[in-house]
Amino acid sequence: MIAIIKYNAGNITSVRNAVERLGYDCRVTDDISVIQSAEKVIFPGVGEAGSAMIYLKNKRLDEIIQSLVRPTLGICLGLQLMCRHSEEGDTKCLGIFDTEVKKFPALDIVPHMGWNNMAVEGSPLFTGFGRGDTVYFVHSYYAEICPETISRCDYILPFSAAMQKDNFYATQFHPEKSGDVGERILKNFLAL
Amino acid sequence: MLKKRIIPCLDIRDGRTVKGINFVDIRDAGDAVELAKRYVKEGADELVFLDITATIEKRKTLTELVTRVAQEINIPFTVGGGIHSLDDARAIIKAGADKVSLNSAAVNRPELITEIAGQFGSQCVVLAIDTNFQDNEWIVYTHGGKTPTGLRTVDWAKEGEQRGAGEILLTSMNNDGTKDGFAIDITAAVSEAVCIPVIASGGAGAPEHFSEVFTKTKASAALAASIFHFGEISIPTLKDYLKTQNIPIR
Repeated sequence: MIAIIKYNAGNITSVRNAVERLGYDCRVTDDISVIQSAEKVIFPGVGEAGSAMIYLKNKRLDEIIQSLVRPTLGICLGLQLMCRHSEEGDTKCLGIFDTEVKKFPALDIVPHMGWNNMAVEGSPLFTGFGRGDTVYFVHSYYAEICPETISRCDYILPFSAAMQKDNFYATQFHPEKSGDVGERILKNFLAL
Repeated sequence: MLKKRIIPCLDIRDGRTVKGINFVDIRDAGDAVELAKRYVKEGADELVFLDITATIEKRKTLTELVTRVAQEINIPFTVGGGIHSLDDARAIIKAGADKVSLNSAAVNRPELITEIAGQFGSQCVVLAIDTNFQDNEWIVYTHGGKTPTGLRTVDWAKEGEQRGAGEILLTSMNNDGTKDGFAIDITAAVSEAVCIPVIASGGAGAPEHFSEVFTKTKASAALAASIFHFGEISIPTLKDYLKTQNIPIR
């Protein structure tokens, strides 16, 4: 069973639909015991970092996420919350990835919205990812490049499109909204 | 490099697409989900569903359609038409839409933009602007282009951005249906005036019109309906053409 963490963030429906299309049983839940016993955990999210962290703390989900040992995938705001700190609301985050989340400088259109290329490193998440493949991004904040970066995208400046540390994976883009390419990345994660 | 987006728009009435379609291998041309799947397969970058019934008793049908689309489609999609309140927006987003588009309701009560953005994020809120050129000025119209507002288009776009809209869908009423090309001047003016993405709409009739709007304005995306529905231009043909013009395309 795949647990999708339920918190005060938008459009979790898309992630659930995508996992179900791939034939996996999943539950959208904030039940700690369900999350801890799941084979894999997805930590999705579209929303605001500060209020999301307060919500997670109130539900004790912050320490639960930090202590997960099974494969865990953060998506979009999920990735940002797994970093050390976010400029959005000056928020102390989960600190799984030792990097900063910053707002894009207003040198081009913000949010970074649409399909973009990225350079990937050899991670099981990107098996089958081809040169020229694109994924769908929508975000105004970005995680800086760090040792855990496994994919880089360049928009206004280079940033982490994906990160990995131990059992923790995270993507800034939305695999559930990235067509066949995204479906493959999600499938790679679910097959870990 | 960030790609320019090509967005087919599907007009929906009572849960079905309105305009006739001559795609041969779609069993039920009126079924919005079938058509949406076809566009996804052809390489559409996003979809817009515009509900032109939008009467209160039909809202449930629209929500059911959104649920079905979300189950079957793996690219982003926007739903517009008849969203007048935070509750309307919530129902559509909960059903699985990525964005809602606001038009008349935002002009009537601009706070609605801020309310929806505050709850679901700016990336969820598309401000749809119908604009008409008259007396040497681009003016905002509402209610399907029937009611002039007196608002200047660039001013309204900037106010929308300030209030929290994440994107602007700009339709030129003068160009819509002409197939003579997009309204370059107002698309350029709006896309220069705001820092959020602008979707150009109205007037697409040939692949050259898309390259024109992408080279002469800062538009991030271009939307069209009938030329795709009637198969006058296929999405793959359009995208191949734009690539030969060195426009970044997925």
